[in-house]
Amino acid sequence: MSTSTADQSAPAGLSQARTPLPTWLPWALAAGAVVLALVLRTVLGSGPVLTAVLAALIFGVLVNVVSRRAEGSRRATDRTVTAVVSAMFVAAMVPLVSLLQTVLSRGVGRFDGEFFSSSMRNVIGEGGGALHAIAGTVIITGLAALISVPIGVLTAIYLVEYGRGRLARSITFLVDVMTGIPSIVAGLFAYALFVVFFGPGVRFGIGGAVALSVLMVPVVVRSVEEMLKLVPAELREASYALGVPKWRTILKVVLPAAAAGIATGITLAVARVIGETAPLLLVVGTTTSLNLNPFEGRMATLPVFAFFSYRVPGANPEPSLDRAWTAALVLMILVLGLNLVARIIAKRFAPKGGR
Amino acid sequence: MTAPTPTTGVTPTVTPASPGGAPPPAQPAAPSRPRAAARLGDRIFSGLSTSAGVLILITLAGVATFLVTESLPVLTASADEIPGDGGFLSYLAPLLFGTVLAAVLALVLATPLAIGIALFISHYAPRRLSRLLGYLTDLLAAIPSVIYGLWGALVLAPYAVPSYQWLERTLGFLPFFSGPVTATGRTILTAGIVLSVMILPIMAAINREVFLQTPALHEEAALALGATRWEMIRMTVIPYGKSGVIGGAMLGLGRALGETIAVLLVLSASGGISFNLIGQANPPTIPSNIAAQFPEATGLDIPLLIATGLVLFTLTFVVNFAARAVVARRAEFDGAAG
Repeated sequence: MSTSTADQSAPAGLSQARTPLPTWLPWALAAGAVVLALVLRTVLGSGPVLTAVLAALIFGVLVNVVSRRAEGSRRATDRTVTAVVSAMFVAAMVPLVSLLQTVLSRGVGRFDGEFFSSSMRNVIGEGGGALHAIAGTVIITGLAALISVPIGVLTAIYLVEYGRGRLARSITFLVDVMTGIPSIVAGLFAYALFVVFFGPGVRFGIGGAVALSVLMVPVVVRSVEEMLKLVPAELREASYALGVPKWRTILKVVLPAAAAGIATGITLAVARVIGETAPLLLVVGTTTSLNLNPFEGRMATLPVFAFFSYRVPGANPEPSLDRAWTAALVLMILVLGLNLVARIIAKRFAPKGGR
Repeated sequence: MTAPTPTTGVTPTVTPASPGGAPPPAQPAAPSRPRAAARLGDRIFSGLSTSAGVLILITLAGVATFLVTESLPVLTASADEIPGDGGFLSYLAPLLFGTVLAAVLALVLATPLAIGIALFISHYAPRRLSRLLGYLTDLLAAIPSVIYGLWGALVLAPYAVPSYQWLERTLGFLPFFSGPVTATGRTILTAGIVLSVMILPIMAAINREVFLQTPALHEEAALALGATRWEMIRMTVIPYGKSGVIGGAMLGLGRALGETIAVLLVLSASGGISFNLIGQANPPTIPSNIAAQFPEATGLDIPLLIATGLVLFTLTFVVNFAARAVVARRAEFDGAAG
């Protein structure tokens, strides 16, 4: 696009366009800017961040000046903005790449059999694992899904198939509000709820599942609602015309047609809550040994495990920090894996367009 | 989207043939009152789905009432029972200040970058690459906050110290960078940077969606008139996407306000209200303060923390509400235009 010839034939009074720059020239300028910044680095002793900023600045100015002389001011502005936007993209990618790279390189250290087969019971210093935390995460997230999937799917069905008037409008609004609830507030809510029944200082897994459900339900409702709306009205009408009652139409026609999208939405919702730390910190606490009963006593979970391994590392912090990074790596694999599964479901089982 | 209602002319005549109907409907009366043929199954199913929706209403009402009732003791307690001096408001002030400061820092850093990323993905990158990059930003939005926190505390904070020292040397006359610089780098500015990295993917994803929705005809018309790519973006994409960008930024702000664990891991909070971004005494934030204090809280501490949670809830509610309003107005505008 940038090499369009529109300006060449324009009258000289409208734009001072002359020959467009050859495509290799900006790259050469970029290389020159990098070299200049590196030279400045040795002279001034600036850090890598400042060097990169300098390189980008020099490049922007160079491109602007060169292009202004050769192509006129409009082209020069365009090229400068292209440079700025690209530089912003690269700058934004730097911390994210650094994050991924750190988690990967520091996490593989303890990514071994012991990490997945033992708990932290009676472990001080080296060794130990996160079996208890992995089990806790699976149990609590599973329970949260068990609570929020029926509620979320049924609410979405209500909103799309039944909901009219003020009730439906207020539910839509409140689902929006719920999407914005900070996770720590969800934790406080679950705590306050269970304190009413079990007295102060209560900590157990099901409380965490309830807190996660508060965060998960709106996500499920939103995505299922979108999917149900995509089901063509003709399918429903055809079913009604055959005399099928509405509830059977929903169960046998609408839901199967939207099944792939619903599964994708639920998977993404699980991926969203599986890494939540704050509510579990309040309601579930943590422990060093394996606890498989969500109705009794504290449970460890992966995010909370990673949090405490860093926060309370003990006398010899290195092994604890290694465990924290490996827990972070496992968590990231879980989240990215769930996202991948969601993509595959969406792609593989999506209803085919043609017939 | 108009879902068919049960009354759209099909129900009266077909009821007897239905396989799932429980009680046989009153056939003679059917033509005059089509809705009377509602079957048991239908009633159960609609009842179930309605009650699920109502349950959400109750839950949200529950969140509000529990937070209010559990924090009531704070409002009735005398000022000297509350940590610090001056009662609840003076306990709240530095927390609220820190929360807003960190979130605003994050927003200031993230908004231009998010627009840049979104423009790069939607209008600059090659088509095939842009799909991959869009997928990548979606993935990054899903990374748990505890991982961002670990990265911020162990990688970013030590790395940022030389830059902070440089800021103090060259811009030390500004109150923001007056120093003395902390040796750990775990300042409110670091927390703001980590928050901005966290909200960047979601904001970029929203902006990208909005930019991609610019009508192709507008863009092509601008290009056909001889506009350069930047002029085309300035004249079509930016005006079209403005309210979407604002809405996305406010959603990002809501996230940054409520973020707990990343801030708790990164920020070493000890001070009160201070605009010094790189010093040693940083104000805490509401959520990180709750997470830090709650596990060991006893007595009046618990209502106190819940009361700050209520303030946070209200704050995020207002921000999210404003964001929805901006986005909704845009939707209305689109409907009117096209």
